[in-house]
Amino acid sequence: MSDVTEDTVDEVSDDAASQSVEESRRTRHSIWVSGTEERMPFAEATDEGAQELLPRDEDPALEIQRGIAVDDDYVIPEHVDDSERQIINMGPQHPSTHGVLRLQLELEGEMVRRVKPIIGYLHTGMEKTAETLNYSQGSTNVTRMDYLSPFANELAYSLTVEQLLGIGVPPRASAIRVLMVELNRVASHLLSSATMGMDVGALSMMIYGWREREICLDFFEKVTGLRMNHNYIRPGGVAAELPDGWEDDVTSLIERVNEGVDEYEELLNENPIWLDRTLGVGVLIPDEVKQYGVTGPVARASGVDWDLRKETPYCGYEKYEFDVPLGKHGDAFDRYKVRIDEIRESLRIASQIIETIPLGDYRNVDPKVTPPPRARIDESMEALIHHFKLFTQGVVVPPGEAFQAVEGPRGELGCHIVSKGGSRPWRMRWRAPSFAAVQALPPMMTDSMVADVIAALASTDPVLGDVDR
Amino acid sequence: MAGVSDNPGFLLTTVGKGVNWARTRSMWPATFGLACCAIEMMGTGAAHNDLARFGMEVFRASPRQADLMIVAGRVSQKMAPVLRQVYDQMAEPKWVISMGACASTGGMFNNYALVQGVDEVVPVDMYVPGCPPGPQSLMHGILSLQEKIMSGEIQRSTGLV
Repeated sequence: MSDVTEDTVDEVSDDAASQSVEESRRTRHSIWVSGTEERMPFAEATDEGAQELLPRDEDPALEIQRGIAVDDDYVIPEHVDDSERQIINMGPQHPSTHGVLRLQLELEGEMVRRVKPIIGYLHTGMEKTAETLNYSQGSTNVTRMDYLSPFANELAYSLTVEQLLGIGVPPRASAIRVLMVELNRVASHLLSSATMGMDVGALSMMIYGWREREICLDFFEKVTGLRMNHNYIRPGGVAAELPDGWEDDVTSLIERVNEGVDEYEELLNENPIWLDRTLGVGVLIPDEVKQYGVTGPVARASGVDWDLRKETPYCGYEKYEFDVPLGKHGDAFDRYKVRIDEIRESLRIASQIIETIPLGDYRNVDPKVTPPPRARIDESMEALIHHFKLFTQGVVVPPGEAFQAVEGPRGELGCHIVSKGGSRPWRMRWRAPSFAAVQALPPMMTDSMVADVIAALASTDPVLGDVDR
Repeated sequence: MAGVSDNPGFLLTTVGKGVNWARTRSMWPATFGLACCAIEMMGTGAAHNDLARFGMEVFRASPRQADLMIVAGRVSQKMAPVLRQVYDQMAEPKWVISMGACASTGGMFNNYALVQGVDEVVPVDMYVPGCPPGPQSLMHGILSLQEKIMSGEIQRSTGLV
């Protein structure tokens, strides 16, 4: 990969038959560096030279970002017959880009020759905002990052803060966390399947997926009071005990969602149109998965067996029995199938939690971390002081840094917090799975049809809130 | 919509009321989903909540075919020019709903990256509160906008922010 030059690439595309299919596929995927016309090998593409900030009047990036100037990466080589070549922008306002992703496509007729994802249209400055919020307020902020998996964000954040504080949580709190995160995975995969169906033209799938997702959201609303952005998992435990009768709710949810998933498979698995649109589309081979750092269902669909719930269990995942579904071909169909299987596995974990959930407190009872129950404030001066300190100053965290990754619905979701003492993080940084998925789009889409771009993008299921933060 | 005269065979109205009625009954929104609110906006259009009951389920991808822009989510500095361009491409008469706290005021993100309220970029007709607003809230916003249109003039000033 690293010794590819412009000439050999062009030879490859001219004389592809002489090489093995895999070889030729891989040599095409060099990285283009912003502001240059050269293809750079992987190692050098991320160095300072390629990324350095130019003086403001020399830097074309701002105008390119705002669509005023054309990106000069896209100078068409002179020796190519360019009567059929054109550059089009897909997005940022496009119904199939799952938010505000912008793709620059260089087309040769109906074939996509180059793809460049442009991100940042949803940049919200959340990592910076986190520095102004104290640790108790922090989960309100992080829950809005990947808005389709709010619980996973809160979990990664809470585990990191707990690691910094050096505290644990009661077993019941861990079980509640696992329950909510797994149901969140179900809701997220349902939405992913629904939107993927809509994007490739299976509109019934869209309606069905939303139908089952509403069941999950109803349960979330009952537990947390909100349909999205829950702020339910907090450092030290969870915000509240599960409501009365939650076992029945979850049992009925599992039953109804399982029925729904059976229906999807009946609808799509042998549907010739669906198969035509997804089989062999957007293929990502295991080597590319590792090079780009792709995780989650996209990686597992390529056969890379990597699931943090198995590799580095947290929250007591080792106690539950579940399988990690794997694909073989790494195409859009396998990704859909892996997600459908993961829904079933998550429901399996949820049903085990109903059986095995331990009794006990739903949060840590350390008065320096969790506020006292309301009734205690009237009785105890200590409780009043702790309550006052927690809500004026916040949780005081010792200096240090911590990183914790969890397996979110889109893959490895990591939170890194640096503390210099005090009640606010000094720096917070997130490792977003969607970001890696979006940077792996060029190898997926290069040399495919325009219509396949939509299917490949939908199957990776990026959430732009997660990419841009 | 109009007064009924003594003779039940006649329905009397003014041109203005008739035009406004026609406008409200099939208002097509442009898809302008940005963040969390976009998911709830899609949820409003999907089976469970069914925006089709109000003649508004046809989310148009092209701004040329849309009457209503629902700004669903946080508008970043980078997205603001795009948003304005989409708004300018919509044909008159057009309306804007600012959905959610971020679109209305910047929400909890008072920082360098976000436009502090989409009304700095386009004129807003209706603000829907919530973070994110549930489907019921959005529907209430839409119905309130329909009432507003019904009680308003046919022609309104254009191009002023």
